[in-house]
Amino acid sequence: MFAYCTDPSTLEGLSWLSCYLTTGKHMAFYASFGTVLLLLAVTAPTALMFGLGGAIAARAPVPPISWLGKGYIAIVRGVPDIAFFLFFVIALDQGIEWLRHKVKCPDWEEPIRQGSDFLVCDLAKMPLNTAPQWIHEIYGFWLAVLTFAIVFGAFAANVIFGAMKAVPHAQLETAAAYGMSPRQVFRRVLLPQMWVYALPGLSNLWMVLIKATPLLFLLGVEDIVYWARELGGTKNARFTDYPHGDWRMWYFLVLLVFYLGFTKVSEIVLARITTRLSRGQATMAGEALRKAEG
Amino acid sequence: MSCFETIQAYAFRSIGFGERLLPRGEYTLCDQFTLIGSGMLWNIYFGVVAIIFGFVFANILALAKNAANPMIRRPAEWFIFLFRGSPLFIQFFFAYFVFLNLKSVSPLFDSFTAAGVGALIVLFLNTSAYSAEIFYGALRSVPKNDLEAADAYGITGFNRFRRIVWPTMLRLAWPSYTNEAIFLFHATTLVFFSGFPAWRQQGDALYYASYFADKTFNPFVPYPILAFYFILLTLVVISLFGVVNRRLNKHLPHAQKTRMRLRLNLIR
Repeated sequence: MFAYCTDPSTLEGLSWLSCYLTTGKHMAFYASFGTVLLLLAVTAPTALMFGLGGAIAARAPVPPISWLGKGYIAIVRGVPDIAFFLFFVIALDQGIEWLRHKVKCPDWEEPIRQGSDFLVCDLAKMPLNTAPQWIHEIYGFWLAVLTFAIVFGAFAANVIFGAMKAVPHAQLETAAAYGMSPRQVFRRVLLPQMWVYALPGLSNLWMVLIKATPLLFLLGVEDIVYWARELGGTKNARFTDYPHGDWRMWYFLVLLVFYLGFTKVSEIVLARITTRLSRGQATMAGEALRKAEG
Repeated sequence: MSCFETIQAYAFRSIGFGERLLPRGEYTLCDQFTLIGSGMLWNIYFGVVAIIFGFVFANILALAKNAANPMIRRPAEWFIFLFRGSPLFIQFFFAYFVFLNLKSVSPLFDSFTAAGVGALIVLFLNTSAYSAEIFYGALRSVPKNDLEAADAYGITGFNRFRRIVWPTMLRLAWPSYTNEAIFLFHATTLVFFSGFPAWRQQGDALYYASYFADKTFNPFVPYPILAFYFILLTLVVISLFGVVNRRLNKHLPHAQKTRMRLRLNLIR
């Protein structure tokens, strides 16, 4: 990075540290913080969509659909989510390859599951064997996003399902009395009013989502946990210009501080949003605001 | 090998009894059920011990957070924020490497890098922080009337706490505390994926489930088995905590009883 970094063995103290912290691998480490933020930015809206879908399905008047919605909520929530993370990554990967296999290689005779192997034709491999490394990494990242969205979608579905129930029933009845169709009641009355009731649950969910991001590591993405382990491990002078002992403890301390800061900032922002949304609402918080403003 | 023999060989494999080698080649359903079930022993051990000790510590923490003296309140607040504000996964990693470094300081810390001790300490501290927050919230919402009634009867000091405040706090906190216990059991599955090594392949239920999924490349059998065990465990936890909940609410007329509302699983 810096001009004086050409021979690190002569450096000491701060200048050594400044060179050490700007190596290419450290840059990748810093970039992985971006990966985490990107995951959050993509997952949160996707999970919300899954949640909305799940909640609407669970409310459906047709039994098979409502069972599907309720089953989705119940199963994902009853089982440790890390198990789902490990499960869905393989299951989604195999599912996608199986579908592509059916479409692209209809002449394939042999069974796909042979004992302990999962065999599809080369054309159906996802991504293709010939694809460059970065495609593999991006594919892995999207599998992770989808997995997160499925798991957190179930939590969100539960929150939204509850929020929809919390909307005063008189509001819906009034809307129906004005001659709105069930679809109009849903879109014009239920959906806009639901958010205030869903917000506490959803903000709680956001905090949980932040704290679930290190699990990316288990999905095989090169995230901050991966790099902290990689960079912190003992480095021998023979293989690197910057030999050092086992520093993993300090790297994980940095991660710990990063997450603490992140949750603190989120807490402050969410508190602001809650206040903003409570203004003018017929709730206790709204009433307190009104009194405070005089 | 018949299923009965499999159970004999592997039922306690996770804690070091029975067959040393894990099953090879073709894995039967029985193999998977037995070994994953055997791994559940770890999950139950972590969960039960952490809950028992965590309960005591959480009560102390909640009282400390409620204290007027900032010298007592501040450390409790910081402790709770530290453990609730960061991912358990990172806490496990950090603690493991701290224990690893401490090993060179004193042989006293030798056993701490083993999952059975080190991870248990992290889980204990973590559940203490989460439960303390629940208890603190309940402590703040003990009805004022109860305290006034206690004053009127001349019950003061520690007696007032032991006979009025504490039982009411527990009663109010119990439904949330039940959820916390369920989370904790779910969180125990993180242990062997976060630095703590599974010595001689003695791991928990998820460790074996992912072992089978890796070997057979078929996630559709081991993970549903794991799910089955965990749903069973969750039901046991709910019914046990339900007994306590009924005991705590015994004195109330029927309508006022705090119903157990289940809000399952949000990981930490």
